[in-house]
Order: sequence, then C-alpha cells, then structure tokens
Amino acid sequence: MAARAALGAGHAVAAALAALTLGTLAAVAWGAGGLSALTGWDWRAVWFTCWQALLSATLSAALAVPVARALARRRFAGRGLLVTLLGAPFLLPVIVAIMGLIAVFGRNGALNGGLEAVGLPPVGIYGWQGVILAHVFFNLPLSVRLILQGWQAIPSERFRLAASLDIAPRDIFRHLERPMLRAVLPGVWLAVFLVCLTSFTVALALGGGPGATTVELAIYQAFRFDFDLGRAAALGLVQIALCVAALALARRIVVPAAFGAGMDAGPGVTGPPGWRRGADALVITGAAGFLLWPLVAVIATGLPRIPALPGDVWDAVWRSVWMAVVSALLSASACLALALAIARGAGRWVEGAGMLPLIASPLVLGTGLFILLRDVASPQQMALPVTVAINAAMALPFGLRALIPAAQALQADYGRLAAALDLRGWARLRYLVLPRLARPLGFGAGLAAALAMGDLGVITLFAGDQPTLPLKLYQLMNSYRMEDAAACAVLLMGISFALFWLFDRGGRLDA
Amino acid sequence: MTLEFRDIVLRQDDFTLSADLTVPPGRHAVIGASGSGKSTLLSLIAGFLAPSQGRLLWQGQDITDMAPGRRPVSILFQTHNLFPHLSVRQNLGMGLRPDLRLDRAQWQRVAQALDQVGLEGLQDRRPGALSGGQQGRVALARVLLRARPLLLLDEPFAALGPALKAEMLALLAQIAHGTTVLMVTHDPADARVFAPDTLLVDDGRVHPPQPTGALLDDPPPGLRAYLG
Repeated sequence: MAARAALGAGHAVAAALAALTLGTLAAVAWGAGGLSALTGWDWRAVWFTCWQALLSATLSAALAVPVARALARRRFAGRGLLVTLLGAPFLLPVIVAIMGLIAVFGRNGALNGGLEAVGLPPVGIYGWQGVILAHVFFNLPLSVRLILQGWQAIPSERFRLAASLDIAPRDIFRHLERPMLRAVLPGVWLAVFLVCLTSFTVALALGGGPGATTVELAIYQAFRFDFDLGRAAALGLVQIALCVAALALARRIVVPAAFGAGMDAGPGVTGPPGWRRGADALVITGAAGFLLWPLVAVIATGLPRIPALPGDVWDAVWRSVWMAVVSALLSASACLALALAIARGAGRWVEGAGMLPLIASPLVLGTGLFILLRDVASPQQMALPVTVAINAAMALPFGLRALIPAAQALQADYGRLAAALDLRGWARLRYLVLPRLARPLGFGAGLAAALAMGDLGVITLFAGDQPTLPLKLYQLMNSYRMEDAAACAVLLMGISFALFWLFDRGGRLDA
Repeated sequence: MTLEFRDIVLRQDDFTLSADLTVPPGRHAVIGASGSGKSTLLSLIAGFLAPSQGRLLWQGQDITDMAPGRRPVSILFQTHNLFPHLSVRQNLGMGLRPDLRLDRAQWQRVAQALDQVGLEGLQDRRPGALSGGQQGRVALARVLLRARPLLLLDEPFAALGPALKAEMLALLAQIAHGTTVLMVTHDPADARVFAPDTLLVDDGRVHPPQPTGALLDDPPPGLRAYLG
C-alpha cells in the first residue's frame, strides 16, 4: 500500500540520519579506543564557546530592537528591499562575510584608517572581538527580521487606537511593544545563541589561539593537527551536550521561524514625529551601513579581478557547483521522504531525527565518516562525497520546516481523493506530490544548494588538492593574495545567491 | 447490487457509529443532524475509516478490508474533488487510469464524458479557471468514466446556489442511472426531489432506508429538532 511505502521511506531516511549523526560520534569514540581526558586547553575552548555565544546573542538581540522598531514604524523608499536584504545573510557564505569584515575592520581597513587619522591606536579584528563582530554581523539581520515580525503581529488597529487617544510613545512601548518583546526576544536570543554555539568557520578565520577557539575549532585541530581521535570524540560529545542543553532550554521558549511571510504591515502606521524620526533614520542608516559596507568593499575589490583569476579557481568553481547541486537534490529527496511520512502520521521520532542535524557537529560527522571509511577509501577520495552528504544533512532541518506543513496540507486536502482514485506509487508522486510540493521543495533545495556552496566546514578536514571554492578562497587568504580572495568571494556570493534563486524559482514555475 | 452492513461498529475517540442494515439498489438520501455521523458513514463505505467490528458486504462479497481505490465506489467530497494543478483532461483521465497512461480510445472516452456534461472545449483549463458549477460537472464526468456501481455524495453541491444545485442534481440523475447512490444532504427538498428512500443517521446509529416523503412528513423527534 502507498501509505506503507511512504512510511517505510520516511523511517529509512530517519534511521539513516540517526545513524549518521549518532553513529559517527560512536565511530569517533570507538576509533579512539575510548574518550581521552580533556586538557586545560579544551576546557578553555568550552568556556570561550559559551561566553562568546552568550555575548553574541545578547548583542545581536539588543541591537536588533531599535532597528526593528525603526523599520516597523517608518515607511521610506527601499524599505522593502532592505527587509529582503536582511534575509540574505542566511545564504551568504560565512567566509565571504569574513572577507568583507576584514576589508572594513581589518588592519588596513577603513575603520583603522579613520582611527589612525585622529591619532588613536588601531584595533585588531583577529581574536575574540573579531569572532563576536562576525557573529553579530550574521545574526543582527536575522534578529531584526524576527523581531520585525513580532512588531507586525501587533494589529495596526491598536497603534491607530493609541494614536487617536494621543498616548505618548513611552506608554505605547509599555502597553503594546514591551509585552510583544517579552514574548519574542527569548526565542530570538536562543536562535542566535544556538547558531553561535556551533560556530566553526568564523573561529577558524578570525579566532584561534587560547582566547578564541570554539569547541568546533578544537575538534578540527585535534583531528587535523594532532590526529588525536580520543580528544576529537570527547570534544564532539561536549559539543552535543552543549546543544542539547540549549535545546532543553528551547523547550520552554518558542523559537520563531526564521523565514516568515508577510513583511508589510497594513497601511497607515506612522511613527512618532520629532527627534524620534531622526533617531530612527540614524539607526536604519547605521544598521544598513554595518551590513552593506563590508559586502560593498569586497565587491569593489573583487569584481574587477575576476577575469584575472587563475585556472584552478575555475576548477574549484565547477567542483563546488556540482557538489552543491548534488547536495541540494539529496537534501530535498530526504526532506520529501521525511515530510510525507510525517504527514501520514509517522511517529514523533521521525520528525526528531529530521531535526537531529541541528545539534550535530559537522566536524564530528566528518571525522566519524573518515574513521568508518578509511579502510575503503583514501581521505582524498572521500573528501568530496563526504562533504556532499554532510552538507545535505545539515541543510535538512531548514527544508523540512518548510515542507512539513505543506505535506500535511496535501494529505489533508487530497489524501482521500488520491486514495479513492487509487492513485499510488510513482503516479501519485508525479501527478500529486511533486506538483503540489514544488514550492517548498524548490525553496528547501535552494537553501541546501546555497548552504552547501558556501560551506567551509567538513572540507577543511580533508583539505587537499581538490579544494571547493570556499576552501580555495581560504587558501588564497592565508597566502595573503587578498585581491584574488576578494574576487573569489564575489564569485562565491554570486553563485550561492544564484543557486538559491534558480531552485526557488524552479519550484514556482508552475504557479 | 445491495450494500450490506453486518453488525458494524466504528469508534472514533468518544464517538461511536453503529450500522446493521441492507441498502437495496436505487437512490438514497442520508439525513441527520450535524455530528450525527453522516460523513463518517460515507468514509466507512469508501474505506477511509475501518470499523472496529462487523463486516461490510457488496453483493455478498466482503469489502471490509479492501483499499479505497479498489472498492466498487466513486465518492464526491464537499470540497477538493479535483486536483487544481492538473488540467480538466488529466483530472478526468485519472478516472480511467490513475497513472494517466491512456490509449487513444480512452482519451476519446474522456472527450465524450466532457461533452456529456456540457463542457466540450474546456479540457485544457485548470479547475481554478472554471466556475463552481463547471467544477461540479468535471467531477461528475469523472464519476461517469469510473463507472463504479456505488456512488457516494458528501454534499458536493452544498456551496452552489439553488438553481445550479438543481441543475447538478438533474445531471446526476442522468449520470447515476443504474447506480446505487447514497447522498448526504441537509436540505430536505433535495432529498424529496432526488431520493425515493432515506437513511436516517441519528445519534451515531444508522437506520434502514425508509420512504423519504413519509419520513420528512412525520419526522421522529431528533430529526424534527434538526429540521426545525
């Protein structure tokens, strides 16, 4: 029966995911012949991971409030575009953003130029401050979008009522905005905290050293520099424990969805006049500048250099593109199997397995697969397939979130009609499931493609003669070929956005 | 062509539907208050819900465990009777072969069915581009193509205006010739016009068919309260 096949496929994918996330951890521990004791260095990494995530989340959430409020109560040309752009950092390859931040805040950047001109000592971007700066850069826009949704969820009638009663802005805040923030902010804070807790690329590029090593980076170092699998496994457990603890917190807090529809409130919301108008303008300009300046700096340096890029960069481009496409298709297929099974009432464990990658450490996955496969394949041979598989798994929870409601609606609306017509198997997939779910599938695949394209994680474990584009970029940065690196960054950013757009667009062709 | 409920009990949470009766060939209305179990009865016959005890027989053959699509049944729901992303032609083709691998003769039959319900020339439209009445006609054309001996109607025309609904019932009478029909309705007038006999569903119990006119002229207390 169709129901049984769908449930079977869903259970198989869920089991594979569980094996991938939990089995690899076991493999790492087993390969090490047990866990090693953590050194003082490792505990410092745990400590740093926690406090930087705490500080990054707090800064992002706190700074996002005035920006979201300004965007919620003002209307200006380009507002829609700016709100859309706030969603972009989710797709922006981390290493590209780091390039941009170095261009603005680095030793030779504009900020230090300005400091020097007024006779102040320069500030460095490498170290804990750089890690936190980059985390705020990524998570401020995300937080603004989430809080903005909260603002727009307040019925505009209430603001109109407040205006007609001539209630002062301070009292509007007390009666309307503060209760909303109290409901929304914990979720926002937690979402950012979780992202920063598993930070690898940022710490790899800007951190390192005793004061700025995250657990993920420590796993990488244990594996790649010391080949100490016991420590890698122990650190992997610590990483998972941190995530589980944070998620246990999350059970009490509702984490809002990162991608919400409907960014425009009804007409007629006008903010308070006077000095607050100027303050809002300043806040919006400041936030937009902070987000756009680094990217503009990279594009300005990199774009003219693209034609002069060496041939091996183009090899990396094609390698990355096909890896991203395969990863996206893999991720979307797995998502589909899970969502269909969940819509047919598969147990909660199937949904839980689909969300497992959220707490998994990609570096532990990579190390575990390396141990499991090392008798079958060389590190060089497994580098690309392992990266593709892990990227597909890591993107899965995001696609799944979009797909589950759609699959449930499909089942509720057309499940009985399909059953009555005896529409089953491939015919059901082709004539019912794929057309009805094309949009969320395209969106999920686009997300997976962009994330895989820009990912600089697992591939660093195997770093060899077949670099992906982000790895190539990182190698260029490390050899101080900053202009070529900037050109790579422009390419990488363009391709990531293009891949997302293509898949997402593909899902809407039929509309 | 009889449908037989042998000692059937269906439990759903705290709701129980019981049925022990025989439905002879012909057109039957199914009447009862909201929540009395009319739709549950149809879902049971169509195979979407399984009884916790008892057997369901069609012409003496046990169909209790048969998959919905294999039953000798066509069903029209209140909504979602057509796939909105498929053309009218594809929606109808599924009535013959769900995988749409139709041969020439079969596509010919699809075109004929479309003519028969008065929609010639609209085969390439999507349901969204049709009026409510036209959508109802497409669904009826598919019933025609499926040619199953038992037709279940779960108020598919409830959202149509009175004139359109009368038109649909007339078309239905034409199409359902020789078919056993069970039609859920909350409109006594529909029942009088369309169905000589009526199954009363009252408080989770399905009563055997009785003449529609007599039942509606002198309804039992529960039905009287519902009809007002």
